[in-house]
Amino acid sequence: MDILKKVPVREQDAKVRAKNFEEVCLGYNLEEAMEEAKRCLNCKNAKCIKGCPVSIDIPAFIQEVAAGNIEEAAKIIAESSCLPAVCGRVCPQESQCEGVCIRGIKGEPVSIGKLERFVADWSREHNIVPEKPEKTNGIKVAVIGSGPSGLACAGDLAKKGYEVTIFEALHEAGGVLVYGIPEFRLPKETVVKTEIDNVIKLGVKIETNVIIGKSITIDELFEEGFKAVFIGSGAGLPKFMGIPGENANGVFSANEYLTRNNLMKAFETDSDTPIYRGKKVAVVGGGNVAMDAARTALRLGAEVHIVYRRSQDELPARVEEVHHAIQEGVIFDLLTNPVEILVSEDGWVKGMKCVKMGLGEPDASGRRRPMEIPGSEFEMELDAVIMSLGTSPNPLISSTTEGLEVNKWKCIVADEEFGKTSKEGVFAGGDAVTGAATVILAMGAGRAGAKGIDEYLSKK
Amino acid sequence: MYKITKAEMLADKIFLMDVEAPRVAKNCEPGQFIIVKAGEKGERIPLTICDYDREAGTITIVFQTVGASTEKMASLKAGDYFDDFVGPLGLPSEFIHEDIEELKKKKILFVAGGVGTAPVYPQVKWMHEHGIDVDVIVGAKTKDMLILEEEMKAVAGNLYVTTDDGSYARKGMVTEVIKDLVNNQGKTYDVCVAIGPLIMMKFVALLTKELNIPTVVSLNPIMVDGTGMCGACRVTVGSEVKFACVDGPEFDGHLVNFDEAMKRQQTYKTAEGRAMLKAVEGDTHHGGCGNCGGDE
Repeated sequence: MDILKKVPVREQDAKVRAKNFEEVCLGYNLEEAMEEAKRCLNCKNAKCIKGCPVSIDIPAFIQEVAAGNIEEAAKIIAESSCLPAVCGRVCPQESQCEGVCIRGIKGEPVSIGKLERFVADWSREHNIVPEKPEKTNGIKVAVIGSGPSGLACAGDLAKKGYEVTIFEALHEAGGVLVYGIPEFRLPKETVVKTEIDNVIKLGVKIETNVIIGKSITIDELFEEGFKAVFIGSGAGLPKFMGIPGENANGVFSANEYLTRNNLMKAFETDSDTPIYRGKKVAVVGGGNVAMDAARTALRLGAEVHIVYRRSQDELPARVEEVHHAIQEGVIFDLLTNPVEILVSEDGWVKGMKCVKMGLGEPDASGRRRPMEIPGSEFEMELDAVIMSLGTSPNPLISSTTEGLEVNKWKCIVADEEFGKTSKEGVFAGGDAVTGAATVILAMGAGRAGAKGIDEYLSKK
Repeated sequence: MYKITKAEMLADKIFLMDVEAPRVAKNCEPGQFIIVKAGEKGERIPLTICDYDREAGTITIVFQTVGASTEKMASLKAGDYFDDFVGPLGLPSEFIHEDIEELKKKKILFVAGGVGTAPVYPQVKWMHEHGIDVDVIVGAKTKDMLILEEEMKAVAGNLYVTTDDGSYARKGMVTEVIKDLVNNQGKTYDVCVAIGPLIMMKFVALLTKELNIPTVVSLNPIMVDGTGMCGACRVTVGSEVKFACVDGPEFDGHLVNFDEAMKRQQTYKTAEGRAMLKAVEGDTHHGGCGNCGGDE
């Protein structure tokens, strides 16, 4: 084998997987994992740990994998993360742990994500479950939202002995892991449900169908006896472009499209929830969510175009996701920007008017600013458009909680180290604070919140 | 799981249920809605709250069967359970924030159409409980489709019932009654609240604009989560796009783009499905609203 290269991971063939919702990446087996683990240099001053938002002791768990002690490896990961099977699949490792891996200076970094995933999947298959603390300290803490930040926060607090209840607005726990990320990247029943069950096994209660700010307010939670509250409600409000025709039938937010498909399982024939299966669909945007929406539409039988105003180099999506989308047959219309949705007489999308873009000088984001090329207008024929332009935090909680400071983007103001907000006993983290980010950053913020809450309650 | 404590059929295809949901019952107000889901693979169905009992911890919902999901709900009986029941969603009616003395000086007209009578009821009841007599018009397609007449009579100042076909009480659309009250009976109104099928609300709003009566309507568009996340419920109000689930469901009826809302309502109705309904229902086809007389 070539020590400079990762042990390749098996994947479903692109042509086959473009027509199903089964997982794309098949993961390592024990032999492959041990071989890959041996590539780790076990650095003394391990940069990968600092690159990990939840500070997993990466070299330590990889050494255990190399020696074939998978259960031991799982325990090391569990000290820092309650969602390893999720993170092994959806973390942007290339810009975190693997991005700073010394092995990567010459050749490819160690495949840390795939190893983490292997350990988590192996643990699940061998029924390794986390141990519940022997007794609780009787102190009640409320966690709002059962997405990555809420689960991470709840898991850490439960391990410390707190009695944690998570309140979830939807009918199923998991947040973005359930409604946002598709089955073919993150299987719900095997992976997500198992990891949430593991958090429950730590003693965490999850109450679904409770909307904080509507069903009950944060102040009422304190009245119910909760001593601290962590807000991990995510960033949920979809953005639209504000161009003519955007309210036509057949224009969806990526949130709606993905929620119908992922949470409501509209792709399965026995689901009662409908989804619109277009023949030719444009997805506007270039992030991970856009890739998810495009690859979902493809699997539902459409010809799919990603319409993005900058070039491939600026695509905010992970390289792996773009690569998979191209392999599966998604067409990329880059340097293209919609200016109008064309609508039929009966109110349906029939096309989209776009302009070609050129790239100018770098703007505030450091990326080259896209500029319209005059006279370059053209029309695309379409029957559905999915807007994937990002999200902003939901004001439901901030607008019903007195004394909770928000910034001009309606994000809750909270400090990074402990998640402390302007309201006593209330902590926050994840997309509700930062705006849309990643699963692992949200988990890191959840852990920070747990640390903050523990410190706050220990002093009381 | 959320227990159904009462289930009855009010009229053909229209059902009433009381559901145990203490958190919702504790904090809900007139104008708000809930989302209910029957079965693990069920659809999330938004329904405006018809009544609530804070002590018993129950919410009353009224719905009309229009497809597979509502048929499934209708098959449930007292003692059965809904898998999910969440709320209260949306903003309460604005009047609950108004000064009661100011409100008492106003002349208020409620206009209810078909199954829209259900969400009008808690508002009229609220008025009654605060010592405010209001005029209420209830319209139904036929006598058999009329719901909550007795309940409404008990809380309304004056109740005017009308049926499209004249099979009971007056004959004609609700707009005819409004015209009669204002033009022939010398009534004046400071505000009108109209809830019913989109086509009814559209024509009521057109009329009240002419008559210069500020009008509030309640929309029930397609939605998934009901918390602002999916954006399926977007509606144009004046020059702005609003999400009915968090900005509404009540809006200024003179500013709502009803034609767009009616088109959007069709998103998941296939051409085949519509044709089938038309064939099955024949002359009685009413697009599932009980009052519109069209393919709404």
